[in-house]
Amino acid sequence: MTFDGSLIIDSLPRLMDGLWITLRLYVLALTCGTTLAIALVLMRISSKKYLSWPVMGYIYFFRGTPILVQLFIIYYGLPQLEFIRTGPLWTFFREPFFCAWFALTLNVAAYTAEIFRGGILGVNSGLVEASKALGMTYTQTFRKVTAPIAFKLSLPAYSNEMISVLKATALASTVTIFDVTGVARKIVAETFAPYEIFLSAAIIYLVLAWVIQNGVRHLERRISRYAN
Amino acid sequence: MPSKPPIISLKSVHKYFGTYHALRNINLDVEEGQKIVVCGPSGSGKSTMIRCVNGLEQHDEGDITVNGHMMTTDEKTGNLIRQEVGMVFQSFNLFPHMKVIENLMMAQRMVRKKTKAEARDTGMKLLERVGISAQADKFPGQLSGGQQQRVAIARALCMNPKVMLFDEPTSALDPEMISEVLEVMTELAREGMTMICVTHEMGFARSVADRIVFMDEGEIVEAGEPETFFANPEHNRTRKFLDQIISH
Ligand SMILES: Nc1ncnc2c1ncn2[C@@H]1O[C@H](COP(=O)(O)OP(=O)(O)OP(=O)(O)O)[C@@H](O)[C@H]1O
Ligand SMILES: [Mg+2]
Repeated sequence: MTFDGSLIIDSLPRLMDGLWITLRLYVLALTCGTTLAIALVLMRISSKKYLSWPVMGYIYFFRGTPILVQLFIIYYGLPQLEFIRTGPLWTFFREPFFCAWFALTLNVAAYTAEIFRGGILGVNSGLVEASKALGMTYTQTFRKVTAPIAFKLSLPAYSNEMISVLKATALASTVTIFDVTGVARKIVAETFAPYEIFLSAAIIYLVLAWVIQNGVRHLERRISRYAN
Repeated sequence: MPSKPPIISLKSVHKYFGTYHALRNINLDVEEGQKIVVCGPSGSGKSTMIRCVNGLEQHDEGDITVNGHMMTTDEKTGNLIRQEVGMVFQSFNLFPHMKVIENLMMAQRMVRKKTKAEARDTGMKLLERVGISAQADKFPGQLSGGQQQRVAIARALCMNPKVMLFDEPTSALDPEMISEVLEVMTELAREGMTMICVTHEMGFARSVADRIVFMDEGEIVEAGEPETFFANPEHNRTRKFLDQIISH
């Protein structure tokens, strides 16, 4: 087997187009999913069962099934529903990019909500009591004490989730999206050079993961200037 | 002279944890300016009692009145009472993600609605009072235990409380740091603060307390002025307890 370096150079511009799609999908899914996770975790820790139980079910479903299956349900399954195909939602659900974003977002939300919940449970209850003893309300205490500390405690697990989601974006290629993996598959189909092309794709993901990991590490260092 | 009602009053208070009877018929009146020291063996209900005073625990029977407000299970009432009652914990419980001065400013801003400048000003004054204004911009984790506890006292005082509760404020401290905290508390007592202190520092109790309350198995066994309490304890249980902590 020979290694054709020029093939990599030639396919770089197209892979960069794919990178742009990957990044868009990634950032959109991560930000929307994390925002949704905040809402979900607030419901999840609520003492009101009609708030916490649906979220428990939601999290159970999304953590217990493969993202690929979820994506297929959304992309192939939903259009079979009459009201989706004929209703206003069709503008969205007929778009593969929307479906991939939707599936990833719901996933990020489920995992991140659990991560944040772990962080909240990890907050020393003495601190919550101290805040309460100062006359702060539950909501004020949550905002000023529980949430920031929980966020810090959640960061290591959350950074893992960030990397997982990055890799999960590759599943979008299964629903006709030309992200890095999608583009790579297409080039391979044209050139029959899977080794060079998929290796290039892998290196692109590695670089992205490296950037994410270092970004989080930097953030972690900044917010843990203090001991405890 | 018309007598004012006590600022804290517990009447026939009972508290259960599940089936465990943690407080049994507690009766205690504290007049404004009085200093009460509470002592007793581990598990006797000292923490539970003072935590009921500011509603960190909810009592099951009896009445607790603080500063004219009757404690109920309603969050709002509890909150109203807590705004006037400072509390200092054994484990300091400073907010680790905030600088010392921010620890002092937070509740002033959120609860008292003070401006940043006002809150900082009050905070700095109180840090000076407890002798650690130089540490204002450090994080709690960078301070010694004694310093942390003094910050915790200053944080509670920032709210200008009518009453201060202390739950074994020196128990978690290395011996050489105990006195710096006791000094701050003694000073506070001299200035006329109403205080309930759970502590086994009998020197402090002797010099500061108006009344010493001895608890055992969820009951107030006896209460009296320091002289009589130490010299002539009425009950055997008290005598045993005193022998134990003094021989330590
Ligand atoms: N949240 C709780 N749930 C169940 N039992 C509790 C709880 N808090 C306290 N207790 C029990 O109530 C009793 C009184 O506890 P409390 O903490 O008031 O004692 P204490 O006098 O402060 O003791 P210590 O000197 O060890 O601090 C103990 O037997 C304790 O185990
Ligand atoms: Mg205790």
